[in-house]
Amino acid sequence: MTGGVLDIEGVTKNFGRLTAVDDVSLSIRENEFFALLGPSGCGKTTLLRMLAGFEMPSGGKILLDGADVSRVPPNRRPVNLMFQSYALFPHMSVRANIAYGLEMERRPSAEIRSRVDEMLATTQLAALADRKPDQLSGGQKQRVALARALVKRPRVLLLDEPLGALDKKLRGEMQIELKRLQDEVGITFIVVTHDQEEALVMADRMAVLRDGRLLQCDTPHEVYERPADAFVAGFIGVMNFCAGSAVAEGVRASDGSLVAGTLPQGIAAGAPALAAVRPERIVLFPAAGAANRTSGTVEALAYHGLDLQVHVRTPLADKPFLVRMTADAADSRSIRTGDTVEIGWSAADTRIFKS
Amino acid sequence: MAERSAAARRSGTAVLVLVFAFLYVPIAVLVALSFNEGGLPTVWSGFSTRWYVSLASNQDILSAALNTLVVAVASTAIATLLGTLLAIGIEMRRRRGTVLEALVFAPMIIPDIVLAVALLSFFSMLDVTMGLHTIVLAHVVFNLAFVCAVVRARLKSFDWSITEASADLGASALTTFRRVTLPVILPAVIAGALLAFTLSVDEFIIAFFTAGAGRSSTTLPMQIYSMIRFGITPEINALATIVMAVSVIALAISQRLNRGMVGQ
Repeated sequence: MTGGVLDIEGVTKNFGRLTAVDDVSLSIRENEFFALLGPSGCGKTTLLRMLAGFEMPSGGKILLDGADVSRVPPNRRPVNLMFQSYALFPHMSVRANIAYGLEMERRPSAEIRSRVDEMLATTQLAALADRKPDQLSGGQKQRVALARALVKRPRVLLLDEPLGALDKKLRGEMQIELKRLQDEVGITFIVVTHDQEEALVMADRMAVLRDGRLLQCDTPHEVYERPADAFVAGFIGVMNFCAGSAVAEGVRASDGSLVAGTLPQGIAAGAPALAAVRPERIVLFPAAGAANRTSGTVEALAYHGLDLQVHVRTPLADKPFLVRMTADAADSRSIRTGDTVEIGWSAADTRIFKS
Repeated sequence: MAERSAAARRSGTAVLVLVFAFLYVPIAVLVALSFNEGGLPTVWSGFSTRWYVSLASNQDILSAALNTLVVAVASTAIATLLGTLLAIGIEMRRRRGTVLEALVFAPMIIPDIVLAVALLSFFSMLDVTMGLHTIVLAHVVFNLAFVCAVVRARLKSFDWSITEASADLGASALTTFRRVTLPVILPAVIAGALLAFTLSVDEFIIAFFTAGAGRSSTTLPMQIYSMIRFGITPEINALATIVMAVSVIALAISQRLNRGMVGQ
């Protein structure tokens, strides 16, 4: 796993007896938009701080363009971090904040001025150049923090929960904006986030971490369609699970019925297993040929505008199945709470995990 | 009900007036007498600034004033530098426990007379010739604690991530301190320095014990004390008024700076 702009080789970080990052290896490619995703406490922020140089790895190496930078202090790394709190200098104007990093490089003042002006234009901050940080809105502060890091043209830009402090609507806009900016400046971005939707929308590739360990690293599509384990499956998007034991043709549920699917390698017949299916892969009132079908009771209906989410209680699992259908499809069949319905999905849409 | 509460309010106001009268009438009298033409504390014979003029020609007082200024400036400078660094050091590694904190605050709490005797024994044990320099060192001891306390109060709300941001953008530790940390906490540093300055200007006990023999290291409070043994002269009133004015102005600036910071 070498040859990327940034190679993480078997990196471990211990804080006393706690292992925050446990033997993680990743290779991040040039110009990639990479997401480190995981629940809080999974070690993603610690990993990011090691990439920035604020923490030293307890083991393993961090290579930047092939050179070991594990012990290089943050001020000597061509890597910049956009802080979750933005960490803008409160006593400096927007322009001075952005110019700071270039002043540290001792660039000629004419160059600093032109590069700062250019960055102010790129991030649409020109009108706010003379304001102090406390005169800015959350979204504006976020753009200043971004501009301040980007103006140095780092090899890699690290972003710690960049959209965490913004409200939901603005977050959606900024996801697209970040993506556009990354395209425009052509810099490798590594984003830490706990928001799986954010990672799916923005990232070219993503790594899912849990308890300091890397569970899966792939494109959002692959991670969504072929999750490495039950945790990833449940963490990325919504997944319906059905516990049972593995058999040759799928999973035998606790009530004795079979959930048909392809058994992956590494799961022996008879072992406890989880069958899983995405809500959008389940159809209500399936055609006669569906490999998996069961009947259940509609427990709840949740209308989300574009789609309708139907909670169906079945004998297959403890929790009701979540079925997602378009609102139009729902209109053609009037479904009410308490109705008995049939649900079904094809064997190819079943994912089977170790439990 | 309403009547009784009005009465209560009136008596409350009366108590307040009495308390403030108790606190400030003596000072007001002193200030007034310093402008009394005649010089007798019992008779007002007209407004005059003659005592201030005669003060300016009293060599003893002038040299004591100069000594006080030297001690205050020197001890404030040293205490501000060390106290600020100490405050930053403590706040950066606050999780290390509170023993260090208690040690830092001790000089604020230990009675002056104890500190004075301790310092006197310490200096004589080391066989140091005492003079202005020992007063300066002694004043650094308590001023350090006060500067440290004021700066730490500001650092409690300091966002340390901006120092990391500075390092991330390429600044060395020293540059980060100079361009980021210090400008942000500067109002507190100045407030601490002004407080230290006023404490040093009117400090008597510790200076008295650590000044050593000879007139050359007499400070203003010591000078006033020695003059007062021959009775209160209007000159002393004038001198006290000046000392008080300097202290009040410095404290007012210090408090304004502290209050201004809360807004940030």
